[in-house]
Amino acid sequence: MPFDLASLPLAYVWAAIIAFAVLAYVIMDGFDLGIGILFPLFPEKHDRDVMMNSVAPVWDGNETWLVLGGGGLLAVFPLAYATILPALYAPLIVMLLALIFRGVAFEYRWRTDSRRWDAAFFGGSITATFAQGIALGALVQGIRVENRAYAGGWFDWLTPFSLMTGVALVLGYALLGACWLVLKTEGGLRDEARHMARRALAGTLAGMGVVSLWTPFLQLGYLDRWFEWPTMIFSFIVPALVAGMALLLWRGLQRGPDWQPFLCALGLFVLGYAGVGISFFPWMVPFALTIEQAAAPQSSLVFMLAGAVVLLPMILAYTAYAYWVFRGKIDPEEGYH
Amino acid sequence: MFRDATPWAAADKKGKPMFDAFDAEVLARMQFAFTVAFHIVFPAFTIGLASFLAVLLGLWLTTRERVYLRLFDFWKTIFALSFGMGVVSGIVMSYQFGTNWAAFSDKAGPVIGPLMGYEVLTAFFLEAGFLGIMLFGRKRVGEGLHLFATLMVAFGTLLSATWILAVNSWMQTPAGFAINEVGQFVPVDWWAVIFNPSFPYRLVHMVLAAYLTTALVVGGVAAWHKLRGRDVAEVHRMFTMAMGMILVVAPIQIFAGDMHGLNTLEHQPAKVMAMEGHFESHPEGAPLILFGLPDQEAQTVRYAVEIPKLSSLILKHDLNAPLAGLDTIPRDEQPPVPIVFWSFRVMVALGFAMLGLGGFALVQFLRGRLHHSPWLHRYALAMGPMGFVAVLAGWVTTEVGRQPWTVYGHMLTADSLSPVSAPAVGASLVAFVVVYFLIFGTGVFYLLRLMARLPEVDEQELVDAPIRTAGITPGPANPEPAKETPHAL
Ligand code: HDD
Ligand code: HEM
Ligand code: HEM
Repeated sequence: MPFDLASLPLAYVWAAIIAFAVLAYVIMDGFDLGIGILFPLFPEKHDRDVMMNSVAPVWDGNETWLVLGGGGLLAVFPLAYATILPALYAPLIVMLLALIFRGVAFEYRWRTDSRRWDAAFFGGSITATFAQGIALGALVQGIRVENRAYAGGWFDWLTPFSLMTGVALVLGYALLGACWLVLKTEGGLRDEARHMARRALAGTLAGMGVVSLWTPFLQLGYLDRWFEWPTMIFSFIVPALVAGMALLLWRGLQRGPDWQPFLCALGLFVLGYAGVGISFFPWMVPFALTIEQAAAPQSSLVFMLAGAVVLLPMILAYTAYAYWVFRGKIDPEEGYH
Repeated sequence: MFRDATPWAAADKKGKPMFDAFDAEVLARMQFAFTVAFHIVFPAFTIGLASFLAVLLGLWLTTRERVYLRLFDFWKTIFALSFGMGVVSGIVMSYQFGTNWAAFSDKAGPVIGPLMGYEVLTAFFLEAGFLGIMLFGRKRVGEGLHLFATLMVAFGTLLSATWILAVNSWMQTPAGFAINEVGQFVPVDWWAVIFNPSFPYRLVHMVLAAYLTTALVVGGVAAWHKLRGRDVAEVHRMFTMAMGMILVVAPIQIFAGDMHGLNTLEHQPAKVMAMEGHFESHPEGAPLILFGLPDQEAQTVRYAVEIPKLSSLILKHDLNAPLAGLDTIPRDEQPPVPIVFWSFRVMVALGFAMLGLGGFALVQFLRGRLHHSPWLHRYALAMGPMGFVAVLAGWVTTEVGRQPWTVYGHMLTADSLSPVSAPAVGASLVAFVVVYFLIFGTGVFYLLRLMARLPEVDEQELVDAPIRTAGITPGPANPEPAKETPHAL
């Protein structure tokens, strides 16, 4: 009997896929944005060239997950797309403009002797990250929706909480970037990166701690989720896993193999993301639209899913292949990319 | 530009002060037009260039003539730079629907969203995944796989064009949907949605336009080098290939454009009336207005230079066929005629200028003077950027001619807007304008500088050499980088 896609709870399947796309974006573009954030800390031209080359062949693919996150939202949760984007108007426009600056820097900086595009790379990376963090915070706070449209004010996104999530994300991406450098480089650059990763780790943990403690007090819904039986179990599990992962990361930075810190940093992000996911469920736009309310009509969900189940594994496969082709330490002598 | 008779009153329904809504809408339209016009310039070039690169690489692998490899390396750098600009300006586009056109996104999202989703899944990932290998991986993956990666990038750009044109064509000639209780467009027949009436025409016309645009740039660059007396083998080959392409594609494009126009006459008659400047109906044979000044207020074309009955002949293949005019369309459903009228003429004139270039090149070729004809080279140089102009003119015709509708006949532009205020949209518009001119201006400057270099590499075997690179773009290849040159890295 042929399997019938339409029998699945499609809205939830799609929520999971979109969540996956956003997570993929956060960790993949996270480390290359992180490289940009760390740029001023490595003033040597040689170091910067190596850093740039370590992400040059993959950054475009990484950023494509952002397009999937946005485009996918439009396809399967058009109402969420149509309410979240106007609500986050200013931070999103700033993010887009910042991404332009850093995106072109990959090419432009080799066309001139001036360091202007290095500055653009740093400025674009840190601004885009900060804006993404603010957007996340603003979403967690909740968005006012009336009559299928955003009904809040122009500056609703700007709160102490969203600024805090912005800072936390900058620290987190810096950590990912530093761990990526430990993985991909050697010698003095790697030692320096280890050193920075330690500081970024401390900052990231502090950021995660503050945001986690703050979130339950933003909205009653979150408080219930984290302090009411049985979902309260998460309040023990998630922090415990975070602590364990942080310890592993720290040890990895002391003496572990070069891949250990990066993997652990990814783990930290997955855990933090899971924490946000636990708070959110079953909302698509917190306290305004549930996953089911925001979902597109069935025919749209089915049509997209039929392709996604085939295409996503293919994409993951050739993305993995592309990473595999450029595996190993960057050899500044060879400079193959 | 916005003096048209769009029913602004519709915005009033939302209970906002009318002028607030008016301003935000105009600004949002300007912002969309500005950002998409910048974006389209890069795909129009990279779609053609990706295919050209694949052809060059294929020729190198089959003939082993070194010229092709040099040309590949030359254009690859230019491709990388243009592609990067295409990507960053494209990401802006995919978020614009939500920031500025939220009502449209909510209502039309179920139909156009999945099409754009498929564009991401089939095209963008494919391009991005293989781009790195195409640009930096020749040494690492071997020649066969490198050619494969290049083909995948080219294929990805074509797929991308296919999906986004399905979206755009659906907005022009919507089909295959129903409207549900909350007013959303709900797809009922995906085949009909994608293969909507204008899609095949638009796809063919746009892909040909991209190929022409690229051929014109390649030809223009070659001509520039020729005029400066740098007549090396690479320049010769480039020029011959470009002229051959234009000779073949330009006439096909004119034919395709004509078919496209007939299709539009069937599905969007008001647009064709605006293109032709037909304010009045002509019961027995309409004239072709060559030039004139359309005056929408007075509903007439001033100083019209016309050829009797020719329009009926072109559009209906009958000298005396009746043609309806804009007098049959309510004022508030007419597109802004002067813009459509003029942009259409610009495109068509350039189409014939391209045909002329191809013809002139053929004549000189038959006389054995293809490479020794300064006039031909000057002509080719002047036409170098004209593909871009024609593409923009074509899009303006299409999009402005669709007004006042976003989804033709079903959803008004005025009802598509986000609940954003004029100052917000205005501020972001200013930011886009400043950043785009700064960033893309610099990019174009770098591109021109790259084009002004001669395509050359050093004497040694390139294939075996490690490629030293910088950024996305490989730097000069060098067999023994450690010894010979100071490191760029
Ligand atoms: C996916 C759909 C899509 C695509 C591929 C394009 N457009 Fe478009 N365009 C729209 C979807 C759209 C839109 C969202 O539907 C707008 C915004 C407001 C409107 O009525 O249509 C629009 C408006 C719009 C306007 C303003 C018209 C007016 O206000 O009178 C211009 C000048 C253009 N576009 C130009 C272009 C160009 C140069 C394109 C070349 C790539 C292009 N559009 C592709
Ligand atoms: C409003 C409409 C459009 C949107 C939302 C849009 C969106 C995008 C996005 C997000 C990218 C970057 C993809 C990446 O990350 O690799 C992109 C690139 C691209 N777009 Fe568009 N696009 C639009 C119009 C068009 C049109 C009309 C065409 C061609 C007919 C086109 C063809 C391409 C191609 C070929 C690329 C690859 C990059 C390049 O070649 O420069 N796009 N577009
Ligand atoms: C002289 C011959 C040409 C004719 C008769 C012609 C006809 C048309 C028509 C009628 C449209 C509008 C279709 C609609 O919106 O319904 C159009 C659009 C367009 N044209 Fe042309 N065209 C010609 C040459 C060219 C050339 C040389 C280029 C570029 C190199 C070009 C690029 C475009 C583009 C990009 C569009 C918008 C996309 C589309 O609707 O296909 N055209 N053309």
